[in-house]
Amino acid sequence: MSTPVTESAPIPARPLPASYRSTKVRRQRVRAAWYFLAPMLVTLAMVAGWPLLRTFYFSFTDASLSDLGDTLFIGLENYLVYDDGRWFGVLADPVWWRAVWNTVYFSVVSVSLEVVFGVIVALILNAEFKGRTLVRAAVLIPWAIPTIVSAQMWAWMLNDQFGIINHLLMGVGLIDSPIAWTADAAYSMWAVIMVDVWKTTPFVALLVLAALQMLPKDCYEAAEVDGIHPLKVFFRVTLPLITPALMVAVIFRLLDALRVFDVIYVLTSNSTSTMSMSIYARQQLVEFQDVGYGSAASTLLFLVIALATIAYLYLGRKQLQLGGE
Amino acid sequence: MFKKSLIPSLLVVGAAGLGQAQAADLTISCGAVGAELQLCQQGVRAWEEKTGHSVDVVSTPNSSTERLSLYQQILSANSTDIDIMQIDVVWPGLLANHLLDLREVLGDDAGEGHFAAIIENNTIDGRLVAMPWFTDAGVLYYRADLLEQYGHEPPQTWEELTEIAREIQNAEREAGNDRMHGFVFQGRAYEGLTCNALEWVASHGGGTLVDADGEVTIDNPQAAAALDLAASWIGEIAPEGVLNYTEEEARGVFQGGNAVFMRNWPYAWALAQSEDSEVRGKVGVTQLPHAGEGSSAATLGGWNLAVSRYSENAELAAELVAFLAGEEEQKRRAIEGAYNPTLETLYQDDEVLEAVPFFGDLYETFVNAVARPSAPTGDAYGRVSNAFFSATHDVLSGNRSGEQAVSDLDRELARLKRRNW
Repeated sequence: MSTPVTESAPIPARPLPASYRSTKVRRQRVRAAWYFLAPMLVTLAMVAGWPLLRTFYFSFTDASLSDLGDTLFIGLENYLVYDDGRWFGVLADPVWWRAVWNTVYFSVVSVSLEVVFGVIVALILNAEFKGRTLVRAAVLIPWAIPTIVSAQMWAWMLNDQFGIINHLLMGVGLIDSPIAWTADAAYSMWAVIMVDVWKTTPFVALLVLAALQMLPKDCYEAAEVDGIHPLKVFFRVTLPLITPALMVAVIFRLLDALRVFDVIYVLTSNSTSTMSMSIYARQQLVEFQDVGYGSAASTLLFLVIALATIAYLYLGRKQLQLGGE
Repeated sequence: MFKKSLIPSLLVVGAAGLGQAQAADLTISCGAVGAELQLCQQGVRAWEEKTGHSVDVVSTPNSSTERLSLYQQILSANSTDIDIMQIDVVWPGLLANHLLDLREVLGDDAGEGHFAAIIENNTIDGRLVAMPWFTDAGVLYYRADLLEQYGHEPPQTWEELTEIAREIQNAEREAGNDRMHGFVFQGRAYEGLTCNALEWVASHGGGTLVDADGEVTIDNPQAAAALDLAASWIGEIAPEGVLNYTEEEARGVFQGGNAVFMRNWPYAWALAQSEDSEVRGKVGVTQLPHAGEGSSAATLGGWNLAVSRYSENAELAAELVAFLAGEEEQKRRAIEGAYNPTLETLYQDDEVLEAVPFFGDLYETFVNAVARPSAPTGDAYGRVSNAFFSATHDVLSGNRSGEQAVSDLDRELARLKRRNW
């Protein structure tokens, strides 16, 4: 079910300098590099490549979980088929499209919020103050807790009857009766987004902080001498300089968010209003035992993520070209 | 896809006998709703002492929908991790391929004395794939003390229930208990909501979703009215959060003294009457209400014990199943946990009736419980149930009217039917 993501840095095409032309030493080096890479490639092929190919294969069959041995090849029927005057298949299923929309909505909103909060947290942690190390460590705690645990924890805190969140809000007088955060369709998606933001903001903050620590000091000194407003300095100096790190954080988070499963599965009432693509695929595969149909959904999910990655690489290359001019 | 080695680690959380040096002879997975796990462990321990074998008990998720998923993963991987599984009354058809014929091991008289309907339900293609352990039917719990205080009899119809619940809830809130609710049930989008919704529909005279011949019957005004009625409770007499409640969440509210009525299975009786319960001695149990022209309906639930075909100790496992489903053990479970016996004779047992009086009063309810349409829909039951509870959840959430939902459901089920049953 998991989708492997391979990172490859975009390499601008340039003629190789003379020293890089093929020589004996160079060839040996390349060979050595392949030897070192081989174990990793083999492992990847086994744990990521093989399951992925198997999923592709299953998506063209009518395999069922109750008897995997007895499968027929049915072509594209799991994806789309016109039968008896009606369209069937994943692509004709409104529930699937609902799941796609939910997933995209969740990804865009939660990643945007994480980036904003992550940058703010990173800027605070970048400042000099007493006990900074302690705070840095503390900020990482949400990221260190397994999602399944934090989702369950939040599920209890958000519970409508005994949850502490309702208790606090009622104590302050913001609401006059408990809100069913995880049950009410109007709130449950926001509850999920909130938990996800709480959990992964530290991850974004950490990457941004690493970038902030490497910024050249002299720009800031110059800005200070010229008396430029700190906000302007941030938008004109800091932000452009940390953009590469931010882009890495965004793509990592986006690829994660598109595969979201655990937080929604644990937190909400399993209804179609918060169903994500992964949950849809699992439901077809496991609950309905329809391995073929579930694999088709998984394959589509993989394609969506592959498209997002390709778009990112393309944009990254574009940016490099722009930056190079 | 599903790594074998992952599954034991998933299950190890609830494992009794952690840290045993040698591997146990058998592994049994029991439910963990209410006192289930404790009772299961006690029963297993009694058998261990009797025979000298060692058994690991592992617990499973509370939601039956998730439990089925887990079992399907284990079984389709042909895993030997779990020998005995506690399976729902609607699963024998789904899992039969992976289960052992108990008559092969225990002889042809296996299953005698149990309710014939359940034995028939568990017999797939002539093979007895699961032994009845306890049966279940939805019942209505009410706060006898509050009904008396406000001068009401237990409700006969849904309209009465709604009125009484509203009146007592509002009066209690004015008296200072602002967490009081009128009615709690299982409203999360899972198998339990199928059970609840089937009761509403059937007691309105709206049929059972799919009839015995496999014809879809849900698109009728009574069914629509039933769903609309249930939707009118949300936020009025039922908390909004009920849309995310399973059995245990509903019991938590009721047992904490914060609900007038609760729809639940009989197991909640023993827990509501336990030492640390807020409502001890204040609870009554009666049959579920009906609508004007319908008659009361209770969904048939219940759990069975099955032996995996991949078990390395199948004969031993079948012996443990026979012991656990035997008279002595069922009697103990009925008295201590209010689990309905599947042996007819126990319903005339004085000790059992003293512990759980309503086993006698509601005997008819248990015998005439309404089955979910798992038999006519076969392998497609999971999808049928999912379509039903999703549509119902939608109506409860206020996204669709009952009329719209049943006509959509009719179309969807017709679609499923054409391809699957």
